[in-house]
Amino acid sequence: MMKKLGRRFYLFLIILFLYAPIGTLMVLSFNDSRTSVKWGGFSLKWYQRLFENDTILAALGNTLLIAVLSAAIATLLGTSASIAIHHMKKRRQSICMSIVNIPMLNAEIVTGIAFMLLFISAGNLLSIFGIHFEMGFGTVLIGHITFNLPYVVLSVMPKLKQLNISMYEAALDLGAGEGQAFFRVVLPDIMPGVLSGFLLSFTMSLDDFVITHFVKGLGADTLSTLIYSELRKGIKPEMYALSTIMFLAVFLVLVFVNLNPREQSAAYRH
Amino acid sequence: MYKKSLSCPFLIWAAAFIIIPLLFIMYYGLTDKSGSFTMANLMAVATAEHSKALFLSLGLSLLSTVICLILAYPLALILSGSRLGKSGFVIFLFILPMWMNFLLRTLAWVVLLDTNGVLDTILKFFGLKGMKIINTPAAIVFGMVYDFLPFMILPIYNVVSKIDVNVINAARDLGANSFQTLYKVIFPLSLPGVVSGITMVFVPSLTTFVISTLLGGGKILLIGNVIEQEFMKGTSWHIGSGLSLVLMLFIIVSMILSSKYDHGEGNVL
Repeated sequence: MMKKLGRRFYLFLIILFLYAPIGTLMVLSFNDSRTSVKWGGFSLKWYQRLFENDTILAALGNTLLIAVLSAAIATLLGTSASIAIHHMKKRRQSICMSIVNIPMLNAEIVTGIAFMLLFISAGNLLSIFGIHFEMGFGTVLIGHITFNLPYVVLSVMPKLKQLNISMYEAALDLGAGEGQAFFRVVLPDIMPGVLSGFLLSFTMSLDDFVITHFVKGLGADTLSTLIYSELRKGIKPEMYALSTIMFLAVFLVLVFVNLNPREQSAAYRH
Repeated sequence: MYKKSLSCPFLIWAAAFIIIPLLFIMYYGLTDKSGSFTMANLMAVATAEHSKALFLSLGLSLLSTVICLILAYPLALILSGSRLGKSGFVIFLFILPMWMNFLLRTLAWVVLLDTNGVLDTILKFFGLKGMKIINTPAAIVFGMVYDFLPFMILPIYNVVSKIDVNVINAARDLGANSFQTLYKVIFPLSLPGVVSGITMVFVPSLTTFVISTLLGGGKILLIGNVIEQEFMKGTSWHIGSGLSLVLMLFIIVSMILSSKYDHGEGNVL
């Protein structure tokens, strides 16, 4: 009994540690006073001002657009890559896997400056031919797709390994075309992996600061880079309001999804 | 459908955006402004200012890795033994904070840890001495542990939860007490997760510049800060690349060490 209580308490302490800052930010988003040190009474004014703040809303738009696009493209690219890698010979397979993993294992700052050097050099090269190219939305997107790839491949790969190849062959024997066999037999089987790859990519893209910092150039601020540029002046409380809304939205969606695990497992069984 | 052409888009992408950018760092790191070969950028790490930053980074990141391991290991055992572990709840619990912006989450500790901050007030309320932690190396370690703890918990949890219960029962049947079972059975089996967790905490801690900027008050320079300034304040890309190459040496060594133990079981996913 005591042991169980001790375990619960330890779990509670770690959760408290992980969620204390989140609670703090939520409280601050309702703080009437401008400084984060003093409590000035309850207020919703930052939520109201948030929707009048074009800079933050533009950054939010960029962040979400980049997250959706990069996650979608990385999922497409990563899933096809996984299928190809899965059917490679052992040696090539392990070489490809190590390449995929580089953006995940390498330090973000190194990945970031490597991109920056590439894009600036590419810009210099293109300007010789009279083409104007500079860092912005596009380069941020490329960066995000690249660091999302390993997460997709690592989610899809295990599902491919569990896949029974005879099912695919049976579909072909029964007259399905290759495309039909893939979309109706293989894809539904690996779908959970594909989905979790997409969600993970989306989350990583949303939370990224370092790589965006190096490849955003002058335009294309995301929420992260906007916050970083506000550090000196002090963070605007509207930012706390926005992150509270985003956090709660995701929390509710995830709780809702998790509340129906029975339906889910039933769906898998059939 | 399983044609080789399927790998083409990926291979092109990987070549253009994974391999070539790294070659650029190597090129810049090993040449000077005129483009001729030099080792000077690598040697730049030996200057007093740079080596101080490197050793501080190494020290703080090692410390935070050890703290993460000490905190995460018992937690992984607790989670794998409880009902909570069965559903996707554990992943949910540790991925969820990522939906609050990483910079804001880290900044929130400034409010919590500041003199006359929340924690300070609580401590004083209980008659304890307040603490001065913000803008010190201790605050940076604190931030590293906070930001990267999930990356230690998840791989260990993944490996521990897959240990066959029969193996543990067998150890008990054969007369091992709880400590012996932990030390001689569970721990060796969990090693791939532990090693994977260590690299996943050590590498980002070693190379961070954000945490030190946010919690160090801008006065404490880690090697990440030095490199960032070389690039963003435009001092020298060549020296910045050279220092990155030195940093990559440490990353590669820790990756080789981890690949010796880890054969894919310790992945976060």
